[in-house]
Amino acid sequence: MLYGYAGQVLWIDLSRRKIEKRPLDEGFARKYIGGRGFVARMLFDLVPPGTDPYAPENIMVMATGPLSGHFLPGSGKTHFGTKSPATGMYGDGNMGGHIGPALKYAGYDMLVITGKADAPCALVIDDEAVELRDASGHWGKWSLKLERELKDELGEDFEICTIGPAAENLVRFACISHDFGRQCGRTGIGTVWGDKKLKYLAVRGTGNLSVFDPEGALEAGRRSYSDIKDKPGFTGWQPEGTAGITNFVNQVGAFPTRNFQTSFAEHHEQINGKAILEKLLITHKGCFACPIPCGKYGKAVTELGEAYVEGPEFETISMFGGNCVLPSIEDVAYVNWLCDELGLDTISGGAVVGFALECFERGMISLEEMGREVSFGDLESVLHILHLIAKREKIGDALADGVKLAAERIGRGSERLAVHVKGLEWTGYECRNAPGMMLCYLTADVGAHHNRAWVLGKDVTGTDADVHSLIQAGGSGDRLPKSEVRGKAQWVIDSQHLRPMFDVLGTCRLQMMELGFEVEHYEELFSLITGQEKSWEEMIRVSEMIWHLTRAFSVREVLNFGRHMDYPPQRLCQDPVKTGPNQGHCISMDEVHILLDEYYLARGWDENGVPTRETLERVGLADVAAELEAVRAHGFSR
Amino acid sequence: MQLKAIHDNCSGCRTCLLACAMENFRQVRPSLAVLRIEGLFPAPGSYRIELCDQCGACAEVCPVEAIQLEDGVYRVREEECIQCWECLEACPNGVMRFHPAMEAPFKCTHCGACVQACPRSAIVWSDEKESLEV
Repeated sequence: MLYGYAGQVLWIDLSRRKIEKRPLDEGFARKYIGGRGFVARMLFDLVPPGTDPYAPENIMVMATGPLSGHFLPGSGKTHFGTKSPATGMYGDGNMGGHIGPALKYAGYDMLVITGKADAPCALVIDDEAVELRDASGHWGKWSLKLERELKDELGEDFEICTIGPAAENLVRFACISHDFGRQCGRTGIGTVWGDKKLKYLAVRGTGNLSVFDPEGALEAGRRSYSDIKDKPGFTGWQPEGTAGITNFVNQVGAFPTRNFQTSFAEHHEQINGKAILEKLLITHKGCFACPIPCGKYGKAVTELGEAYVEGPEFETISMFGGNCVLPSIEDVAYVNWLCDELGLDTISGGAVVGFALECFERGMISLEEMGREVSFGDLESVLHILHLIAKREKIGDALADGVKLAAERIGRGSERLAVHVKGLEWTGYECRNAPGMMLCYLTADVGAHHNRAWVLGKDVTGTDADVHSLIQAGGSGDRLPKSEVRGKAQWVIDSQHLRPMFDVLGTCRLQMMELGFEVEHYEELFSLITGQEKSWEEMIRVSEMIWHLTRAFSVREVLNFGRHMDYPPQRLCQDPVKTGPNQGHCISMDEVHILLDEYYLARGWDENGVPTRETLERVGLADVAAELEAVRAHGFSR
Repeated sequence: MQLKAIHDNCSGCRTCLLACAMENFRQVRPSLAVLRIEGLFPAPGSYRIELCDQCGACAEVCPVEAIQLEDGVYRVREEECIQCWECLEACPNGVMRFHPAMEAPFKCTHCGACVQACPRSAIVWSDEKESLEV
């Protein structure tokens, strides 16, 4: 018996309007554990090689982990995945809130959406009762407004996920929204919902989860909540949440500013965590079972309007406060709200808007294409561009494809301003002088994303200090010497195995990464809940296997996949940082090759960044090696 | 001692619901919890905790007196319950509960699992008789 899991997989074929429940395969669950592991393997097995992300053959997987919904800190996480319309590669995203636990209490560990509906539809899961409903009347509605409407219609105890107009219009960085402010934001998973015409998911789950040792799990759960209260970050980090790191990132010259032209924002104290507490906050808002709510829910009042909004989190602050130079936390929060309602990822959204503002400033986008004058630091400009993107109007039609494709279409030298890796926009840590963190971005399996690995603190301090400790220590703001690029590969690999492991288990990593909550808690709880004895080291080996698997998926899907896919954007290796502690620093392509050579060697990949047969066999993926070789030898039509 | 809700401290994590179901039923099943958290979103953007304050409304309406006050806590005597469910209707806070798998309604027994589990001290014990909410 599989303790800890719900035990079933829900399959929805939108083309045939067919609903099927299948038992969760025990061997599959034991090997891939859950969440990201399930998503990665399902995508590799079920998406035919070479599938267009917008083809009915593309699938969307939502997978909880074995610890999702259980009595332990941060068990509210669930994972989503698809072949990404933003990158054409493996794409996934993670969501907090309450939807994952609800799905498990309803009886399902995983939801697999296949096919494509011919008209707007919705999936409503009420424990064992599952139905597809017509959603034509809801098409076009904004995300948060629709969530309120559905709660009123279905009941407060339904958990809701929605998409907004951006996903309906196939903006490639459209998100899924839930719980009035939680998003699965990256890689365009919302876009695939829009393409499949799935407007919302509603889940009410009232059932029980089996536990191997209920008494032990209750006691260990109690102890873990008690232990986390003793961490200094419990009272020190929590009040400002992720926004608390704003000052540190800025003071060490890593804060993306003015479309990555520089890495230091003079006005950072107007847009930091303290500003949130002083100017926005109504309540701290937590995900399911979370003792350290990083969500800050408040009201933003600006000259152009006011809104209730969760956030902004650090990433949104960096991309709109820094990258678009919005001057106040109220402006950033208001933009955050509009992105949430339209269903846009705030990270890619801020990167794309920053790119557009600089293109306009340099004459690469005309006044006619833009529809009005726009400039950095101007709220109205940012709102205007976001509306253009969501509607795919004027230049918004190109921008809706993300900076890589937009630059290809705009031309005029705009490629140099497009900051991305593999088509996914860069996030909130500029790293022309942080080579370890640079390597994290270059090799992240979904494109330029920080959540797979984060070693900025180690780049700066040389230690593994948790984030709360880094914030406490602060940054001096002093000029920094050029960093050494050698010896960073293992830092990155360790982080790439550690952080995504939480996405496998169905828990939030912030308890550990921000506060230093010990991994031994998860080892013990996993054993008590599932009855499976698995050390943390063994779990990390599973995380390593998944890393090779997601890389293999992307290598399979991109026929000319090679070393060039891991190169940094032109700006970061050609344009030195303009101001701040890292003024004048840049990373050269020679240094990039040192980073990649060391990384590929340590990973067991060839010089083109392709996992070797030996490596795949070593981690238990011999079948993946065979498939990869066949596709690379004979193409998709073998 | 009474359970007291400090709504402003609540972040909506529902750890209390998990703890309640684990403690009283040994089930990972928040739907069994005898307290509720209501999110008021998007506006005004706050949470409301609904607790049993042992007001006795359930006992008052019970036609067979199956709910009795014992040491300051109203308890359901399952063997005497006739399943008329009038107590559910009478509960002003909506925390008298029913579940198809159970033969009688169930309610808060002041076990304190919610108080112990709440990471933000949004549910606390209080001596105050008058003000049970903040």
